[in-house]
Amino acid sequence: MTEDDVVARLRSGMTIGIGGWGSRRKPMSLIRAILRSDLRDLTVVSYGGPDVGLLCAAGKIRRLVFGFVSLDSIPLEPHFQAARQRGAIEVTEYDEGMLQWALYAAACRLPFLPTRSGIGSDVLSVNPELRTVRSPYDDTELVAVPALPLDAALVHLNRADAAGNAQFLGDDLYFDELFCTAAEHAYVSCERIVPTAELEAGGLTRLRVHRWMVAGIVEAPNGAHFTSCAPDYGRDEAFQQRYASAARDPEQWARFVATYLSGDEAAYQAAVAAQRAEVPA
Amino acid sequence: MTGIQETGMPAAAPQVTGGELPEASASRAEVCIVACAEAWRGDGEIAASPMGLIPTAGARLARATFEPDLLLSDGEARFVTGTWALGEPAPGPAEGWIPFRAVFDLAWHGSRHVMMSPAQIDRYGNANISAIGDYTRPLRQLLGVRGAPGNTTNHPTSYWVRRHIPRVFVPRVDMVSGVGYDSAAAAGTVACQFLDLRRVVTDLAVLDFDGPDHSMRLVSVHPGVAVDDVVASTGFELAIDGDVPQTRLPTAAELALIRHVIDPAGFCDRELRG
Repeated sequence: MTEDDVVARLRSGMTIGIGGWGSRRKPMSLIRAILRSDLRDLTVVSYGGPDVGLLCAAGKIRRLVFGFVSLDSIPLEPHFQAARQRGAIEVTEYDEGMLQWALYAAACRLPFLPTRSGIGSDVLSVNPELRTVRSPYDDTELVAVPALPLDAALVHLNRADAAGNAQFLGDDLYFDELFCTAAEHAYVSCERIVPTAELEAGGLTRLRVHRWMVAGIVEAPNGAHFTSCAPDYGRDEAFQQRYASAARDPEQWARFVATYLSGDEAAYQAAVAAQRAEVPA
Repeated sequence: MTGIQETGMPAAAPQVTGGELPEASASRAEVCIVACAEAWRGDGEIAASPMGLIPTAGARLARATFEPDLLLSDGEARFVTGTWALGEPAPGPAEGWIPFRAVFDLAWHGSRHVMMSPAQIDRYGNANISAIGDYTRPLRQLLGVRGAPGNTTNHPTSYWVRRHIPRVFVPRVDMVSGVGYDSAAAAGTVACQFLDLRRVVTDLAVLDFDGPDHSMRLVSVHPGVAVDDVVASTGFELAIDGDVPQTRLPTAAELALIRHVIDPAGFCDRELRG
């Protein structure tokens, strides 16, 4: 599939989970395809980074379900900040572990999972729909984190085969396979599609996304740019810096969009390569 | 299991030479690093999770000296042994794999002591890293609550505040991310079960929650800081028991470790000056 084929299967109003973590291994080429589409009113679920920022800037998000949004090396995400400070998006803010539980409950087809994370904090006051549950064994009262089923999940991995078996080669899977199993349909982009026979050499224990979880696969070299995709490439810190400064100024942002986000994925990658050639790192 | 790991002291610990009095020459940042390190004293074989430069220097110092069994991550997905410099990759060797979900497991197990940096903290230790102002349309959106609700209700938590000012030390935080003692008490038994707020280290002082009803108490002031400075910089009433001592000064060995091994580039000094 291509990125645009994936986006053609998404609908406005859907709940879409995005894998990765902060500014790490985000399915950015799929996000850029959503930016080019007429999708809107999305509920986005993410351990957020520039995926959330870009979707906020393009007005695609109605509600964000999140534990944090950060660019890691730049702590605060400027587009997300701006959207919140304008009151432009609705939010469901969870403790990071609660978000994992919400996805895991959906993946296990359970109505909720219990936790002591969140009790006593304002996470419960700003999400009045959250309920507590009493343990039938010792009367302990816990937060019942409701299952968060996704209409679609978008994740980016290092390698995959054409059938949808996918592998992370960096140090952390993050919660990518959980996003896939919590979703009705999961779409995987990857740096390289390889023959199935080559996957085990990359490490059997890294082969964590299986074809039964996956509805579609996209080969997207440099597809996580400008987030990190270790060990294939690190975060493009210079580019992220440029993104973040542009995001803080409307005129600069218009220029950034014109330069990088007004064409298709090939045009984006060409613009990134051209910029790199201009300013040697 | 303890006793496997070397203490983390470099093979040839650098010596402080000459007749200087290193204690007298300790910078404010160095005093803060030691005060942060002290947060982990007595913790034994648990993971120390510092957020920010000075807490990170403190955790490495604690392990290199008086708390050798602590586990420390490289900031990504590895537990690593040894003592290394801020800003440099950990030379390792790795002793464990801790992807983010293993960090959650560790937190829920309780074998972790985190030091976070709040934008606001109040008298009973509620801490805010999420948003300032009205929640529906914040004046300033920050990170989000991250793991703070779960961290505080599952395992020991300390805080580092780079600038001790009334805007940070507020009567009531805008969004309770890290749970404080009053919020936990109001929420019931489960919230209190593992709540253990240890200390708050700032650029001026060390504080804890041993005041009346677990309110914030002034433990010590850093050299050159008066108790009145701390009181004036705090937006609520602090518990103060009699004469407030001075924060412990770094030893010569600690200064040598900080200056030659942990922060040879002087990031911590720059952070406090900046």
